[in-house]
Amino acid sequence: MTSIVPPSPSPPTPPADAATPVLELDQVRKVYAGTPPVEPVRGVTLTITGGELVAMVGPSGSGKTTLLHLMAALDRPTSGVVRVAGQSLGALSDRRLAGLRAHRLGVVFQQFFLLEHVSALDNVATGLLYRGIRGTERRRLARQALERVGLGHRLGHRPAALSGGEQQRVAIARALAGHPQVVLADEPTGNLDSAATAELVALLLQQLNRQGVTLVVVTHDPLVAGAMTRQVQLRDGQVVADSGGRYP
Amino acid sequence: MSRMTSASPATPRSRLRPGDLLPVGTVGLRARRLRAGLSALGVAIGIAAIVAVLGITRSSQAELLAQIDRLGTDLLTVTSGRSLEGQEAELPSRASGMLGRIDGVRQVAPTAQLAGVNVYRSDKVPAFQTGALAVRACDPALLATLDGRVRHGTFLNPATARYPTTVLGYQAATTLGIATLGQPTRVWLGGHWFTVVGILDPLPLAPELDRSALVGFPVAGRLLGYQGHPSRIYVRTTTDSTTTVSSLLARTADPQHPEQVQASRPSDALTARVAAKRATTGLFLGLGAVALLVGGIGIANVMVIGVLERRSEIGLRRALGATRGHVAGQFVVESLLLATLGGVAGVAAGAAIAASVADRQRWPVQVPAVAVWGGLAAALAVGVVAGLYPAMRAARLAPTDALRSV
Repeated sequence: MTSIVPPSPSPPTPPADAATPVLELDQVRKVYAGTPPVEPVRGVTLTITGGELVAMVGPSGSGKTTLLHLMAALDRPTSGVVRVAGQSLGALSDRRLAGLRAHRLGVVFQQFFLLEHVSALDNVATGLLYRGIRGTERRRLARQALERVGLGHRLGHRPAALSGGEQQRVAIARALAGHPQVVLADEPTGNLDSAATAELVALLLQQLNRQGVTLVVVTHDPLVAGAMTRQVQLRDGQVVADSGGRYP
Repeated sequence: MSRMTSASPATPRSRLRPGDLLPVGTVGLRARRLRAGLSALGVAIGIAAIVAVLGITRSSQAELLAQIDRLGTDLLTVTSGRSLEGQEAELPSRASGMLGRIDGVRQVAPTAQLAGVNVYRSDKVPAFQTGALAVRACDPALLATLDGRVRHGTFLNPATARYPTTVLGYQAATTLGIATLGQPTRVWLGGHWFTVVGILDPLPLAPELDRSALVGFPVAGRLLGYQGHPSRIYVRTTTDSTTTVSSLLARTADPQHPEQVQASRPSDALTARVAAKRATTGLFLGLGAVALLVGGIGIANVMVIGVLERRSEIGLRRALGATRGHVAGQFVVESLLLATLGGVAGVAAGAAIAASVADRQRWPVQVPAVAVWGGLAAALAVGVVAGLYPAMRAARLAPTDALRSV
């Protein structure tokens, strides 16, 4: 007996399997040309498996954000190998890299980066724009995502009409709407007060646990770092401490 | 290290639905409406200028061509050069009768400019104030041959042609200060009082008659020294024999000196004016093109600024899965939309301007289709060209730089 399955907008995310590495970094270096050349990442080897919640901590200039950008497939390493969902970034075309970002990864930024003149619903729907999903379907998924983060009553609001915490929740909904494999967050609570931070962390963990999503968060906030299952400490572009180890 | 990871399912490519390109391209425009409007205005002015010039030219040409059609291209005139004093020279007295016998000639109307005869409003006017008006003797058939119309009164007829009566050309009546014929009006013509019986409408094909006072041949011979030699003969031919007749006129009118006779076609002068209008259009079209170019530069300028201001949006879109091509496409579409907006507004404004000008001049309103489509196509081309460079800059921006810049 054959069952007819309606075409799904994108192949389902492979189930989070503790044994499957979703992010692999092997002797990764990143050098920016200049005088003198800047080398924010100097040989990082790190494996993150499905469902892990990883905090990357370290002083300013320790290479956290550069490392996050490499994991987000926004940049290619100068040397070494970065594998996202099993695919090595160095070998991928711009189009394939973009596909990886659109289908496998979700991003959250300190500055939220919401489109000012667009409603919360459409902001979240924009997160699915480059998957080639139909507009009505994008908006349906966006509404679900906003309802999950508790903003079902603010669908039509523009970002300016929302509080900082609400704006970041919209950004989280945008990152999660497409059920990515990995969410990468760069100082997500950097612009929030402590109450909003606590609320946001609780929400993030609840959502991620429900979906089995892997999270890598760059943070200065001990409260955020402490809520994660693994802490990786960076200094001068190298890993100096890792609570999880390579094979937890 | 596990080799199994290489077997993970291939990630689908990033894809932007073509239908989404348009809304994405309007994000920037909706955010900055005033700026978008102003930059579209530049293109609109250029396109409006081009469409208006083409429309006005076409309408006035249509009017001229309609005029030529109404007047007919089958009218020919025969003259015998000019004497040293600038008067029309004499043709043989038999010329008129000979011309009438050419195959294809429908009507012949001889006229004779009377040398040394002038017309004045009264006998008190000094003799040198001729007003540059001529006195011509003519046949009652003249009006029918020229297809002319009488504005006031009547034309000469075989009876009035024998008495001191005159019909004034349109300009001659104006110069003499005679507007209507409500009461009996006389003019001092060649030393005699002549009664004005009619005033003509302008005759575009025989402008020399507009500045003339017309009298009959009999009275001209009796009172004004007319010797029986016509100086200018109007010939109306059948439509398809005009060219043939034209080539026979000189030899027929004056077999002894055909080289002194000039045969011309008055409608040619009007046709030449159509061509002349076409020539002056080029200048205005050039000005419109310059305006369009400036408008295009305005759009490019606004787009470049937009790319600089929207670095973080570009970075975000790349992070959400946009390829370089998607980002470039977004900015090209935006530029294209701006220019199209300007183009549509410009075509509408240009057509409205052309229509109102033509309407005021009582010309038939005609906006050539090529101006409408050409205007829109030019706007689209400007949009693409103006958008390409900013789009390339946006696409080339490294996502990490774009995200860091805030």
